[in-house]
Amino acid sequence: MPERVAIIGYFQSRCEPEKREYHITDLVYEVSSGLLNQLGMEIKELDNIVSCSQDFIDGRTISNRTIPEVEGAYLKSEAKLAGDGTQAVFYGMMRILSGKYRTCMVLAHAKMSEGPQNVIANAMFDPFFQRPLGFDELNSAALQARRYLHRYKIPEDKMAEAAATALTRAQKNENVFRGKKTTTRQVLNSKMVASPLHELEVYLPADGACALMLADETAAGKWTDQPVWLAGAGVCLDSYYLGDRDLAESRALSKAAKKAYKMAGIKNPRQEIDLVELSDYFSFQRLLYPEALGLCEPGNGSRLMDSGKSDPEGKQPLNPSGGVLAGNPLCVSGLTRVIESAKQIRGEAGKLQVKKEIRTALSQGSYGPAGQSQCVLLLSAK
Amino acid sequence: MTQEPKLLEVSSQANYPYNYSAGRLLSFFFRALRDQQKIYGRKCSKCGKVYIPPRPVCGPCFAETNEWVEVGPKGTLECFTVVYFTFLDPMTGKKRPVPYGYGLIKLDRADTRIQHFLSLNDPRKIRVGMRVEAVFNEEREGKLSDIKWFRPVE
Amino acid sequence: MGRRAAIIATGQTVHKSKRREVNIVELIHEAVSDCLKDAEMTMADIDAVLIGNMEHFEGVYNADLWAVDGTGAWLKHGMKITTGGTTGASVAHAGYYHVASGMFDCVLCVGWEKQSDGDTTAGLIFQADPLFERATMSGAIGTFALAASEYMNRFGITEEQAARVAVKNRGNALNNPCAHLRKAITIENVLQSTPLAYPIKLLDMCPTSDGACALLVASEKIAKKKSPNPPAWFKALSTRHDQPFNSDLPLLINMRSLRDAAKEAYAQAGIKNPLKEIDVAELYEPCTFAELSWYEALGFCELGQGGKLMDSGATQMSGELPVNPSGGVISTNCIGATAMIRVAEAAIQVMGKGGARQVEGAKIALATGFGGSFWTELTILERD
Repeated sequence: MPERVAIIGYFQSRCEPEKREYHITDLVYEVSSGLLNQLGMEIKELDNIVSCSQDFIDGRTISNRTIPEVEGAYLKSEAKLAGDGTQAVFYGMMRILSGKYRTCMVLAHAKMSEGPQNVIANAMFDPFFQRPLGFDELNSAALQARRYLHRYKIPEDKMAEAAATALTRAQKNENVFRGKKTTTRQVLNSKMVASPLHELEVYLPADGACALMLADETAAGKWTDQPVWLAGAGVCLDSYYLGDRDLAESRALSKAAKKAYKMAGIKNPRQEIDLVELSDYFSFQRLLYPEALGLCEPGNGSRLMDSGKSDPEGKQPLNPSGGVLAGNPLCVSGLTRVIESAKQIRGEAGKLQVKKEIRTALSQGSYGPAGQSQCVLLLSAK
Repeated sequence: MTQEPKLLEVSSQANYPYNYSAGRLLSFFFRALRDQQKIYGRKCSKCGKVYIPPRPVCGPCFAETNEWVEVGPKGTLECFTVVYFTFLDPMTGKKRPVPYGYGLIKLDRADTRIQHFLSLNDPRKIRVGMRVEAVFNEEREGKLSDIKWFRPVE
Repeated sequence: MGRRAAIIATGQTVHKSKRREVNIVELIHEAVSDCLKDAEMTMADIDAVLIGNMEHFEGVYNADLWAVDGTGAWLKHGMKITTGGTTGASVAHAGYYHVASGMFDCVLCVGWEKQSDGDTTAGLIFQADPLFERATMSGAIGTFALAASEYMNRFGITEEQAARVAVKNRGNALNNPCAHLRKAITIENVLQSTPLAYPIKLLDMCPTSDGACALLVASEKIAKKKSPNPPAWFKALSTRHDQPFNSDLPLLINMRSLRDAAKEAYAQAGIKNPLKEIDVAELYEPCTFAELSWYEALGFCELGQGGKLMDSGATQMSGELPVNPSGGVISTNCIGATAMIRVAEAAIQVMGKGGARQVEGAKIALATGFGGSFWTELTILERD
């Protein structure tokens, strides 16, 4: 029975606001074939596939029905995890650990340009209490931002600074489209879209895909001499109704992180984790999520940012890729965090590579209103 | 006599205007329907199967398709039905008019079938195995409906 | 095959066409409560909650998130696996993988559909390709009608033979207190029923139902120590997907994904003669003709002989391999749950809990999952 699972390869394509010349099949084939070619893996050697996409985003009930041929699923075992890409990696890992499969290709796609995103997001809310209020991802996040700022008396420009940091850093990332030298003032001057969130603090719908390959420990040796091990994983769901939670914290993320830390044997995340890639759909999450992850005290997210520890040259770089704010669609966003973390561990991040040697990295993904469903993965060089 | 509690329902309707990108292959296919009244299949670079609808990859081979092959306009009707029940059509928001006939047609030179309307809607007049041909609309827009339907070959 | 895991409990709602007195979350909760009662456990014993649902039917995106209060997933590990009609079985399989990975001991799997809240045919059309299939497609009915025309033409299968499937399954449903349609019918009834899409008539097709199903997958440790029921061990699992258009699939109704999945599952389970070695089968048959052709795909008989096998009585309750003692999909179809109900009913059989629908001495049961994409999720369960 396999004991451990590793990432043995990955492939990304550039995310854009609209990739009009791509059909969804083109989007997915680019990364699936890219990955298999890179590994030198024949399609018949591919054991099984876990895909990540959403029916509502694709405008297609059974969204993975568009892609069986291009993901190599012809007469193969495939399953779709309709959530975030990080969870798809976790599920792929379990499928291998069960002993039934040796390898698993995990891929995610979204073509958000094709659908009315705020109408789609509104469909997440129950028709009785929340949907009629016109909730979507943005305004539910805005409620959370407001609550968080209020609880810890954090000035709004701290959130804006977090966004400015992300967008500026993203200039070095060829796979995203929002990289631009940005100041806190520019963020605060951008249009207010749902107070307290300004336009530059909010992720943009995008089109993209990415893929990675998992393998058990004996298979890993066959394909690569630099496997990146999945050392820990945790998922947790929060309450559904926004009023049932204290939005100033992310209880689900804390619990997911604890499970992942326990599995990986991490007792002191502030010291033992070398790098963090979290899914910042909204600026304030770059402050709130490190707190929930136990990387600093509750309420001290902005102090952590100010300390320089999270800088690319710092002791615990945070989102050296530029994060989701830099330009990732849903589903792909979480899987991209895992890939960006793995790249840093392997020293393959190019212009984004941090100087510090990265042995343990944390990748976080979420989906749902105000990050209701959370997933934490720990990657390790050994 | 006790009254049953009145059960309420909340109606929620939404309009989801999706714009599906055809991509380069399907754009070629639909332009050919519109401008040339020709139907094209896409051939696998490995096994040579000609696929319709066209697609970038042949699933069984996991290899790219690399050639356009003109198929039809005649073919063999391999499956058919005549629909009698009506239902809400998500394409139009209205009930679909019935009865209508449709089927799976194996166009000449293609290896997979295409699903399309038939000119007939009486099952006694339709047979599996009958030869049919595409009929194009006068006005064409670059959509599958540029082919109006398939009618029996005289 | 991997580490051992078993289904130790199941729960279902009483399926009906309209459950107006409950909302979606309450419907789910009924099945979950029923399952926990069957397991003699509480939510505290559950490590993970996996769900499946076809979101476009009810128009609720990320329905797993709203459902937390009903599924018990609050502050627990939860994942959503959706693969169309096969969803319920994909979720059951996900339960197996969670437990067999060694990371979870007790996993609750839940599937549901409140078909009456939405418009099923519209939802089904929405799974068709927008540029090639939607204009013609008329839901599951039309697809099966197309498939049946080819099947009848090629092998001489008759509408009477197909009607026998409905008579059998609807008759079996009388023994199943959870089934939606519980009224016996005759061959004449089927042949005279309202034509929907030639050659499919009303009684050839499944209903749309509101319902939910839950099952509990447990590790070997928990199954042996704590299960109040004889565990239904996963003996084989296999999944096959296929090309994206129904028009790509030659002899559509015969489901090459099912044929291929069966080969793998039988090899895993060491089964050489399925008709003899399998004690009971729960097939996901939305349509009468499909069940006939799937006897062939599953190797119960040769290609084209499905009608003859039906005529022989082999798949009746008194036959060699009873098929669909629960009444099958033709008696109950709440799509997100249906494939899970097949697995649950297979588990019920090997646990010996089938009551009036129990197949005497059943030790090995097969369950299939199906969806509009003509994919297959196949499960073989056995008792020690």
